[in-house]
Amino acid sequence: MGAGHGHQLHFHGHSPVHRMPAHLKLLSLLSFIVLVVATPREQYWAFVVYALLLAGVVAISGVPAGYLLRRMVVEVPFVVFAALMPFVATGPRVQVGPFTVSEAGLLAAWGLLAKGTLGVLASLTLGATTEPRDLLLGLERLRLPHQLVQIMGFMMRYLEVVTDELRRMRIARESRGFTATSVRAWPALGSTAGALFIRSYERGERIHLAMLSRGYNGRLPVTHQAAATPAQWAQAGILPALALATAVLAVAL
Amino acid sequence: MTTPVLDVRGLAYAYPDGHQALFGVDLHVHRGERVALLGPNGAGKTTLVLHLNGILTAGAGSVHVSGLPVARENLLEIRRRVGVVFQDPDDQLFMPSVRDDVAFGPANLGLRGAALEQRVVDALDRVGMVDFIDRPPHHLSFGQRRRVAVATVLAMEPEVLVLDEPSSNLDPASRRELADILRSLDVTVLMVTHDLPYAYELCPRSVVLSDGVVVADGSTRDVLTDDALMAAHRLELPFGFDPRTIPAP
Repeated sequence: MGAGHGHQLHFHGHSPVHRMPAHLKLLSLLSFIVLVVATPREQYWAFVVYALLLAGVVAISGVPAGYLLRRMVVEVPFVVFAALMPFVATGPRVQVGPFTVSEAGLLAAWGLLAKGTLGVLASLTLGATTEPRDLLLGLERLRLPHQLVQIMGFMMRYLEVVTDELRRMRIARESRGFTATSVRAWPALGSTAGALFIRSYERGERIHLAMLSRGYNGRLPVTHQAAATPAQWAQAGILPALALATAVLAVAL
Repeated sequence: MTTPVLDVRGLAYAYPDGHQALFGVDLHVHRGERVALLGPNGAGKTTLVLHLNGILTAGAGSVHVSGLPVARENLLEIRRRVGVVFQDPDDQLFMPSVRDDVAFGPANLGLRGAALEQRVVDALDRVGMVDFIDRPPHHLSFGQRRRVAVATVLAMEPEVLVLDEPSSNLDPASRRELADILRSLDVTVLMVTHDLPYAYELCPRSVVLSDGVVVADGSTRDVLTDDALMAAHRLELPFGFDPRTIPAP
């Protein structure tokens, strides 16, 4: 049973950003992203301001920039899509280096890239400064239905257990000379997926029994009360407030 | 005689698919006893365990825990009194951190704040795992997870600890550490196991369940040295282990 230390998003620290209650960080992140998305993409300077604001938060948090940049590879599919847009979009063409590309497509690609990158970076900053279980508590404080919070909690807890199970099944397959090289291998992979589903389902039933045995009655008990102080509310409001000012200016100008 | 902690009388049960697992089981466990429940695979051991805390409801017969009948209206109190530690600690530890997991049971009983924290720390202290309180369970070794699983149940201050295969998948050192912990606990223990040396080491008394009935109930030494009984119920001592040559622990 490998109990390896999985790839973690969280970067341990004690900065003001780390210490802030998770529900405030979530609200701050959400309003920041909404404002970024609402900003007209022609106002290039506004996105520079957003990036600087975000860089400020990262600097305060003490999370190394390289740590966040490495994790930004999740954005790659969007970058590819954005890079294609100037070529496939229609409308007036402009010359960019050796290519003739669509002007509207170029602008759309810029908008997608700028807004996407800011969103990803902001979310990564939240992930790097917040323990997963605090994030769940934050979501619960924000009145997300408790069933959803429970499902996310179980996913977090059992992701590695299920991945490990899948890894053992792959090793057992390969130990009997199986290699997935062509379409003909798909039935074997399909039955692996089926077996994994059945196993996980049965595990779910056993977990439910274990929960009932300890007095579970449909709700996870709320045992943490991480109330936020007015000072923390004010701190958490700085980023959205500055972003709001930027967005208002960008729309007005 | 005082009221037994576990009092099972004429317990019979058939699963909804018609398969009958228990045919009239009688079992009494008294305060402070450590009892091993032995039997071949499919004897109904797990089915019996699930009746002790009211997960399954008796088809016939009755189960009482310290005088309280296992019935719907008593379920929460029954589940406090009977702490079941399941075989796979990954099934038992479902919360994101050790602290949350150990707190789950006592919080369901209504504990909050400092009292809850004290319960959690005490329970982890009894299994020597306090230093791991803020770890996520999947970052612990298998033996450590099994010990935390015991703590999750101890935190509810049960009257009887029911362990399903406590020594399975443990390396010899973890197996011995768990034995030391179980011996140090001042609690009644019912232990389902195939590990006969472990039963001999920890439990003065053994009960053999076979085909849904109790076929033997006596001192572990007498049960393990009754060759006819052992052979009749697919129980075998591991190679080289002979209880006759080992003084009773």
